[in-house]
Amino acid sequence: MHGNGSSPVTDVPRSAPPPEVAEPGLEDFWRVVGEDGRVEPRDVMPDDYRASLIRQIAQHAHSEIIGMQPEGEWIGRAPSLRRKAILMAKVQDEAGHGLYLYAAAETLGVDRSELLDKLHDGRQKYSSIFNYPTLTWADIGTIGWLVDGAAIVNQVPLCRCSYGPYARAMIRVCKEESFHQRQGFEALHTLSHGTPAQHAMAQDAVNRWWWPSLMMFGPHDSGAAAGKGHTQRSMAWGIKRFSNDDLRQRFVDMTAPQADALGLTLPDPDLRWNEERGHYDFGEMDFSELYDVIKGNGPCNAERMARRRGAHEAGAWVREAASAYAAKHADRRTAGAA
Amino acid sequence: MTEQREWPLYEVFVRARRGLSHVHVGSLHAPDAEMALRNARDVYTRRQEGVSLWVIESALITASSPQEKDAFFEPAADKIYRHPTFYEIPDGVEHL
Repeated sequence: MHGNGSSPVTDVPRSAPPPEVAEPGLEDFWRVVGEDGRVEPRDVMPDDYRASLIRQIAQHAHSEIIGMQPEGEWIGRAPSLRRKAILMAKVQDEAGHGLYLYAAAETLGVDRSELLDKLHDGRQKYSSIFNYPTLTWADIGTIGWLVDGAAIVNQVPLCRCSYGPYARAMIRVCKEESFHQRQGFEALHTLSHGTPAQHAMAQDAVNRWWWPSLMMFGPHDSGAAAGKGHTQRSMAWGIKRFSNDDLRQRFVDMTAPQADALGLTLPDPDLRWNEERGHYDFGEMDFSELYDVIKGNGPCNAERMARRRGAHEAGAWVREAASAYAAKHADRRTAGAA
Repeated sequence: MTEQREWPLYEVFVRARRGLSHVHVGSLHAPDAEMALRNARDVYTRRQEGVSLWVIESALITASSPQEKDAFFEPAADKIYRHPTFYEIPDGVEHL
């Protein structure tokens, strides 16, 4: 069982610069990071910091736009005009979140087109959570409640991350995410308090999405199952503020009572309140499944990528037409001025 | 395939309501200023965040250099007499 004896959720103290990176020219960077200040685009920063941020922000942006697909599939099948309008607004928000984040990544000196190329040819990834299918309408409510709920827990600390443009983008994203989570909870609540068939549909969706949502927080930080991630380094840089397991615990603590309010059960026989720890204990995740999905063997990896590439190619004429229109009008203005 | 050249980058400024100045909110790519304005509306004001929008091509902005920050802003640093708290006023004197 995971969780027993782990430390309470705490703000991890910022470490001093590791000696090997305390090189000349970076004193300002480490002073700003140490004072919990913000690094801005034209400041001097370590090359690894820049590269790591580009990778993280790009993956985050890719996740936002790929995330439009599983929900977009249900816009035409939403059960009422109200739900359809809500879902359209949510999917539009996801496109907007992608744009905020691509713009933040570009302040580090990359082009959005370069990042999209990397997504399209598989050199950069998106969150594996979007490689699962949305089989029923209840999946839409469940994604809002659990997937967006987990995303919020992950993203709120990023509003204080050391890179200014990323932090500012995340503030906008988080403001909008809370609508996403609440609409999901409400849709699921309606189903779980509906007919027995609707209740069963809601429970089935929660059963399928619970474990993948927990794995959105990434591998364990320590122990045999620990990932080879960059948690320590990201913490020293002020990009990451809490460990994966601390954030996961926070999510479970928030979500378990909400499941009670929904009248649904979370599919974990080990899930129970631990008075002594002041946290919920919960069972062990099957990370072999996650790694399999990351490797490309998830139920929807190929479909998501094909759809993304197809949308980009099918939209080429729109981009060309807009460029041609802009060029024509620029010529006219030049001619008029002459 | 990706187009040969990325559209220019525009910086977006929003006036949240009358009486406030425009504030920088982010940036976006667009083929021209008119499209930048339309896209800015969709990206940055989906929830009535503004009553007025400005866009300007990022390349047109001239910015001070962060490396020269100290020297550039230094002339103001030792002129503390520009602040009202610099002056000593006897106790009991009001409205000053």
